Amino acid sequence: MAEEGTVRVVRCGGSELNLRRAEFSADSKYIFYVSGDFVKVHSTATEECVHVLQGHRNLVTGIQLNPNNHLQLYSCSFDGTIKLWDYIDGILIKTFIVGHKLHALFTLACAEDSVFVIINKEKPDVFQLVSVKLSKSSSQEIEAKEISFVLDYINQSPKCIAFGNEGEYVAAVRDYYLSVYFFKRKTTSRFTLSSSRNKKHAKNNFTCVACHPKEDCIATGHKDGKIRLWRNFDDDKKYTYTCLHWHHDMVMDLAFSVTGTSLLSGGRESVLVEWRDAAEKNKEFLPRLGATIEHISVSPAGDLFCTSHSDNKIIVIHRNLEASAVIQGLVKDSNIYTGLMIDPRTKALVLNGKPGHLQFYSLQHDKQLYNLDIIQQEYINDYGLIQIELTKAAFDCYGNWLATVEQRQEKETELELQMKLWMYNKKTQGFVLNTKVNMPHEDHITALCFCNAEKFENPTLVTASKDGHFKVWMLTDDSDIYKKAVGWTCDFVGSYHKYQATNCCFSEDGSLLAVSFEEIVTIWDSETWELKCTFCQRAGSIRYLCFGRLTCSKYLLGATKSDILCCWNLLSCALEWSTKLNVRVLEPDPNSENIAAISQSSMGSDLFVFKPSEPRPLYIQKNISREDVQWGVFVPRDVPESFTSEAYQWLNRSQFYFLTKSQSLLTFSTKSPEEKLTPTSKQLLAEESLPTTPFYFILGKHREQQDEKINEALESELIQLPLTENIPAINELLHTPAHVLPSASFLCSKFVNSLLLSKETKSDEEIPEDVDMEGKESNDSDEENDFTEKIEDTKSTDLGEDLIHQLSKSEEKELRKFRKVDYSWITVL
Amino acid sequence: MGEFKVHRVRFFNYVPSGIRCVAYNNQSNRLAVSRTDGTVEIYNLSANYFQEKFFPGHESRATEALCWAKGQRLFSAGLNGEIIEYDLQALNIKYTMDAFGGPIWSMAVSPHGSQLLVGCEDGSVKLFQITPDKIQFERNFDRQKRSTVQKMLVDRQYMGVSKRKCIIWGVAFLSDGTVISVDSAGKVQFWDSATGTLVKNHLIANADVQSIAVSDQEDSFVVGTAEGTVFHFQLVSVTSNSSEKQWVRTKPFQHHTHDVRAVAHSPTALISGGTDTHLVIRPLMEKVEVKNYDAALRKITFPHRRLISCSKKRQLLLFQFTHHLELWRLGSTVATGKNGDTLPLSKNADHLLHLKTKGPENIICSCISPCGSWIAYSTTSRFFLYRLNYEHDNISLQRVSKMPAFLRSALQILFSEDSAKLFVASNQGSLHIIRLLEGSFKHLHTFQPQSGTVESMCLLAVSPDGNWLAASGTSAGVHVYNIKSLKLHCTVPSYNFPVTALAIAPNTNNLVIAHSDQQVFEYSIPDKQYTEWSRTIQKQGFHYLWLQRDTPITHISFHPKRPMHILLHDAYMFCIIDKSLPLPNDKTLFYNPLPPTNESDVIRRRTAHAFKISKIYKPLLFMDLLDERTLVAVERPLDDIIAQLPPPIKKKKFGT
Repeated sequence: MAEEGTVRVVRCGGSELNLRRAEFSADSKYIFYVSGDFVKVHSTATEECVHVLQGHRNLVTGIQLNPNNHLQLYSCSFDGTIKLWDYIDGILIKTFIVGHKLHALFTLACAEDSVFVIINKEKPDVFQLVSVKLSKSSSQEIEAKEISFVLDYINQSPKCIAFGNEGEYVAAVRDYYLSVYFFKRKTTSRFTLSSSRNKKHAKNNFTCVACHPKEDCIATGHKDGKIRLWRNFDDDKKYTYTCLHWHHDMVMDLAFSVTGTSLLSGGRESVLVEWRDAAEKNKEFLPRLGATIEHISVSPAGDLFCTSHSDNKIIVIHRNLEASAVIQGLVKDSNIYTGLMIDPRTKALVLNGKPGHLQFYSLQHDKQLYNLDIIQQEYINDYGLIQIELTKAAFDCYGNWLATVEQRQEKETELELQMKLWMYNKKTQGFVLNTKVNMPHEDHITALCFCNAEKFENPTLVTASKDGHFKVWMLTDDSDIYKKAVGWTCDFVGSYHKYQATNCCFSEDGSLLAVSFEEIVTIWDSETWELKCTFCQRAGSIRYLCFGRLTCSKYLLGATKSDILCCWNLLSCALEWSTKLNVRVLEPDPNSENIAAISQSSMGSDLFVFKPSEPRPLYIQKNISREDVQWGVFVPRDVPESFTSEAYQWLNRSQFYFLTKSQSLLTFSTKSPEEKLTPTSKQLLAEESLPTTPFYFILGKHREQQDEKINEALESELIQLPLTENIPAINELLHTPAHVLPSASFLCSKFVNSLLLSKETKSDEEIPEDVDMEGKESNDSDEENDFTEKIEDTKSTDLGEDLIHQLSKSEEKELRKFRKVDYSWITVL
Repeated sequence: MGEFKVHRVRFFNYVPSGIRCVAYNNQSNRLAVSRTDGTVEIYNLSANYFQEKFFPGHESRATEALCWAKGQRLFSAGLNGEIIEYDLQALNIKYTMDAFGGPIWSMAVSPHGSQLLVGCEDGSVKLFQITPDKIQFERNFDRQKRSTVQKMLVDRQYMGVSKRKCIIWGVAFLSDGTVISVDSAGKVQFWDSATGTLVKNHLIANADVQSIAVSDQEDSFVVGTAEGTVFHFQLVSVTSNSSEKQWVRTKPFQHHTHDVRAVAHSPTALISGGTDTHLVIRPLMEKVEVKNYDAALRKITFPHRRLISCSKKRQLLLFQFTHHLELWRLGSTVATGKNGDTLPLSKNADHLLHLKTKGPENIICSCISPCGSWIAYSTTSRFFLYRLNYEHDNISLQRVSKMPAFLRSALQILFSEDSAKLFVASNQGSLHIIRLLEGSFKHLHTFQPQSGTVESMCLLAVSPDGNWLAASGTSAGVHVYNIKSLKLHCTVPSYNFPVTALAIAPNTNNLVIAHSDQQVFEYSIPDKQYTEWSRTIQKQGFHYLWLQRDTPITHISFHPKRPMHILLHDAYMFCIIDKSLPLPNDKTLFYNPLPPTNESDVIRRRTAHAFKISKIYKPLLFMDLLDERTLVAVERPLDDIIAQLPPPIKKKKFGT
């Protein structure tokens, strides 16, 4: 943290959880899944993340339990390495460097020292299944170059490969054929399905394959929804298959239960089908799983199944087909119309999620907090159906109000438009629908914003529409004779020469409202709703509009469609400066004067961070992404950073996230990848076997003192309890001969109190803070900032000295972190 | 090919009877099929599934069981309580024997073929000894409790399983002691006969599973359900390196729309038949050695014999049904039009006559004379001849009485071209020639079969000049008789495959013979040898697409003005063979789809070959030339047949 690396664009979570099949630990306590460059370990009972196994430098493409030691996990990645992990402690044990880009990993119990991987060696689309010999050397990084070829021209997806009968054969499917390679006989049988163009066979393509664990039976899934069970496939002539047909669309994945008595299948219907005894008539369903089933896996113990879904979700399912846990990542399979927003209460990223929903996604924990159903209608997934789209959403500055706009347009003239206003209910900790406005405008709503100034007693909302009007909506409390209910009503309708209103924006203090009407920007007084002045640059219609903040609040920025960024001075009512920039995202930082603009060129997207008052940008990073950047947002940091370098100062208080067209969520980070790796690799050096109880510190003190000198850095990572040496009660207890001590019951409370002693003073201070924590978030973080700075100081200057003090501080920080965790859910329980 | 005015006849309201039983004979590779009207048909699976023999049905003889014994002997049993043995040579019933147990529901033959076992309505099971020319009652087994024995397949011992509520429709006993039962609950169950326990249960249908047949190797069996699905079960090893085997349901086949009442398992194919009247032969690909004619799926719906005869002079059609005949006069038109036009009728087709048979027996064959004034038909025991008199639009019918005793039953009836002579092939192998006079007749001659053969003739053809008569049986060659001298003129060398159609060309007196393997021969009667054209085509061979057709040629006729043309048809195509044109080889485009109007003469000449094929009319039951420019085509669309069947079991179909 102290040293400042270069700012890099990094993936910041929100990665696909559904890239590969999830895996279970042997006792079904843990579930593993790939998530970008990491492997995540979750508890199946609580859904909580237990460990993040980080170490790969590229996308992780396969995970498998070590068949010879069920406490270890293999993972492979595009970075060309296979890593072996101790998943219970989250430690990297070994790295095997293969060298090729690895696409999938398979392990077999009978092949003790080798694993199977999918690589593409020469041509880009030719994939091979090879076995890699993993030598048993004790060093941490081992070259594994001993590769032997098994199958060629296979499908890249691991769903299309399956090993059967304890590794006697491997089945691979691709296009219209199934090939089975027998390891002992070294022969391949190939079975081809008719691929003629006629209607009946047009969708015969294989999509996935699974092998029966006990019998010689291969199940294959097909594009037309059929499942074929192949038998006698060791004979090219006498082979036979039977069909199971329930799915109406492509079978996405298949899995046999551990005993092989039932077969699980899933597809776009979002229904998990269990075929018992492989019989067509004997099937069970688990319907309404929400989204297309991408993968199915079965726990080795046989008590759990899990399904990965296209909406970035993993569902853990009991053997009796009851969903027991859901691990939900960032939902990615819909168009983002609302852009990226930050919920002021939870600091969660808010954007379109499931169809008709807003998702609240925690960036810190990389998981979805909850879904808010906005449209509140049953979603019917059918091709060609015109759905209601959630197009706009906005929060007010405290997170008390949420405004959403949904629309559906079947024909040119038939627009269905609805605006909903949601109020935050403290009791239920969620948003409750307050006002529903049918057809708030005659035409599409182009912009929506709340007035965020504190001086306004009544929350105010402005909507701008293509029908040429902008409307001001106010919260009034007379919607009910007891004057208890509140609702929103239209307060003012403004227009300007029948131009289409394209954008609206309130100034920071809320005194001015800027509304752009195509090429013209109008400034309105928010007290009287009078038109104050207009700016017109004749430079194309305005695409984005925003006011400057803090010291720059006298500036108004506008980006036009003809690639010009203008800055007007509101005091002089004149153009301050303008520049040619193809702006795609214009986003002000709520905590500083900075404004981020992302421009797009044929080379890629570039980022500019600038202050409106200064002619030179603070920071420029070219080519942040090859794709179009669609949306960006500044997220306030919990703990401000303290970059001294001018170029990185803009990252101090907020972090900038942006979403590309392919919906990968990216951010800027200064941490080098090596730094990220340190925690786990260093932990390996520690002797982890002893639990860190007080007695560990009492008894293990002697040893630890020796270690301390060596591993200072380590200590800071561990959760430690206060050292015992200067607590008199313990000294007393340990040094007094046993026969003169009073009875244990008498000593107990005293002993426990002595352990708590050092904390009492602290918590005293913290109690008042606790009460109004929510109100003073910023103060709190300021305070923390001081602490961290101190820690850094001590670290850099005098290591070793004042260790206890430092530890208590770091511990305090740890405690704060725990407190920050949202425990509001407890009240719900 | 020439242009024709075509009468497209769709008022032949023929519905085949549903199939009740099928029995496969491995030795002769023949299949016996019994229908609900009591008809028993024999299909020769080696001869392209040709229906070579049939035994007409009887109203009171509803067949419930059919089986082969001792190689070539065919037995059936039915609800009248009789066991019947058929004479496959003479094509009649050898004898009937009452089992004295009420209606017979099931019948099985012991593996050695020496004993016959029947299950009767009263619950008794009776054992008969099969003697060389009869069967003899041997013993009676105890009466089954509660219900009757439904169906049995016996292997070393017999077993009947019965349950309350659910009816076991069939059982199979395997040599390893496994009993397989199929029942009305849609289950296929495997029982251990030693312990009497249920081993495995497959629920395969929502409706009844009605039939079961096991292969001879006992490694696969087939069941048919009331939903029209046929399921194949196979015995496969659990893993490749263990000897443990299990029965697995493999492939379902949905070729039927209605109940599959009967299934059979030949070494290479699954055979099924049911209420929807189709006989389906589904080859097992893994058992078929080469991909040839036998590897294709067969669906046999229509009989391979002629049910329609035509009076060219009066433009009449005689339709033969199981228990009646219908006489129709074709409609006519005065309009003209371009090629492909549908002409409006100025006079609609007329239903002139509905002639019901007397007695319970089905009609075997019928014929109308070319002049339209004679109708003859025959049942198993009686022969009928009628004289028709036309007075303007009125018809009067007069039965010619006092038929001679030898004219009891006929397999085929034919009138000579001038309607003066009647030729009758009787089931003793003899051929009778009768001269028809106004209101009476005179027996001219009887050709007796060659000594030693008892084979019946079932196809007849007479030359237009009335000099020659050709007759063919089911397997031996075609005999040509000289009617003038009343002597056997010659015998066409016999061929491996049965004859499906015969005709003698006018003027040249060339005999054209079509066989069930789709070969066509032309034999010159005066020269007593095959014609040059026939030799050429045999040398070169027929086009592979011609040989791949799957229905036999049922009718051959000639154009009076174009001696080089042979007109023939099967159920799916009508063909004119122009002997003057070059023969096609395997590279030529066989089915010539180009319409004759919009092609230049060069292309037409280059692509022209001897086979002009039209597939417009299908399924085609009859096609003949009325005069030089007029054709009559009788079609029977399958949809019309299905519409007359009872509604099938309703199944929920996805997306409806």
